Amino acid sequence: MDIREIKSIIEALLFTWGDPLSLEDIMDVIELDKKSLNEIITEMMDDFNFNRRGVQIIRVNDRYQLSTRPEHFEWIKKLCTPRVNKTLSGAALETLSIIAYKQPITKAEVEIIRGVKCDKALNTLIEKNLIREIGRLEKTGKPIIYGTTDDFLKCFGLPTLEALPILEVDNTEEIEEFDNTK
Amino acid sequence: MEYKVVLEAFEGPLDLLMHLIEKEKVDIYDIPIAKITDQYIDYIKTMQNIDLDMTSEFLVMAATLLEIKSKMLLPASNREDEQLEMEEIDPREELVKRLIEYKKFKMAAENLKVKGDIQSKVFFKHKEELEEFMEQDSFELEKIDFKELLLAYANILNKSKDDTKEIKLAEIQRDELTIEECMGDLESIIKQKKKIRFDELFNENMTKIKVVVTFLSILELIKLKIIKVVQEQNFGEIIIKSNNSRNEK
Repeated sequence: MDIREIKSIIEALLFTWGDPLSLEDIMDVIELDKKSLNEIITEMMDDFNFNRRGVQIIRVNDRYQLSTRPEHFEWIKKLCTPRVNKTLSGAALETLSIIAYKQPITKAEVEIIRGVKCDKALNTLIEKNLIREIGRLEKTGKPIIYGTTDDFLKCFGLPTLEALPILEVDNTEEIEEFDNTK
Repeated sequence: MEYKVVLEAFEGPLDLLMHLIEKEKVDIYDIPIAKITDQYIDYIKTMQNIDLDMTSEFLVMAATLLEIKSKMLLPASNREDEQLEMEEIDPREELVKRLIEYKKFKMAAENLKVKGDIQSKVFFKHKEELEEFMEQDSFELEKIDFKELLLAYANILNKSKDDTKEIKLAEIQRDELTIEECMGDLESIIKQKKKIRFDELFNENMTKIKVVVTFLSILELIKLKIIKVVQEQNFGEIIIKSNNSRNEK
């Protein structure tokens, strides 16, 4: 099968499925190894961007999905008035970013950094399925440890956690020192 | 009323402190503690009658600031001898570290917000639309028109012999067949055959009471989720299956 045909099939699959489709599922349909398939899809993402297609392929970990482009929002808005999601509060965003960068992390650790209690923020984030409990720490009280979900990646347009922008790097040494003292 | 700000404007004591430092345009590594502490306490004064849980954290910070302030006011007595050591332990150091760490995440949060805003302008096609194109090997009872069931029942009733026995008044008849018994029978039939057509369960020789009991038993078994009634197509046969047949597949 030539590569154009494969791309075309993948596009059809993504369109049909709508939801994020895992690489495994695509592999089941198109019998091709993971590596080649990955390369093809990456190429497709570039093709879509290069040709300024109205839809783009987004990646969330090893799942792929079609979506519109953010720059077309204004046009879509003219067609219909989409409900805009309520944005997260500052507290929730701060909590979320600490968890995103420092996961796995306990509530207490988040609170040390923020200097405030953050039960409410944590609950909101869990409700919105942006973070989840990923286990418990083997120490007194077995505190819950939190991590981000795939929905988090999708909501913020990140293909993987590695795609998080690098935290401001200056003073990293001092901060590590600070960690040790705690 | 310079600080007439709602508490929610600050995400916590560190956030407030950050704000004061930025407002004063002072070096974070060389905070004029006395000045900042005064401003901080001024702010807290405006926070009375705000929920205590929240303010307690601000109070802890105020205490910390005051502690640092007093430490800095203390004369460095052994300065000559231990100058090096003195330099190492600036009372503000710990606070500065916390502030810097906090600032990093505050910036990261802003970053996320921007990304989130962009992403919220993106639309997806929902998967649910697929349902109607999917091959449906069955559909649930809820989707069967009640009339259909009634009609099926009526058909069977017509088929069965009308055996209205003359009932003598004052004579209490023993139930020929109980629903419980019938349910048991049905269950074993379905367990054996996996699935059975609705009309197979009835034959022409059945008494009216048997028909009624059988029908009631079917309804009861559906209610108990032991069996499932499906119709493969409109006006098609009604098929009775064991409810877990799906999982067995």
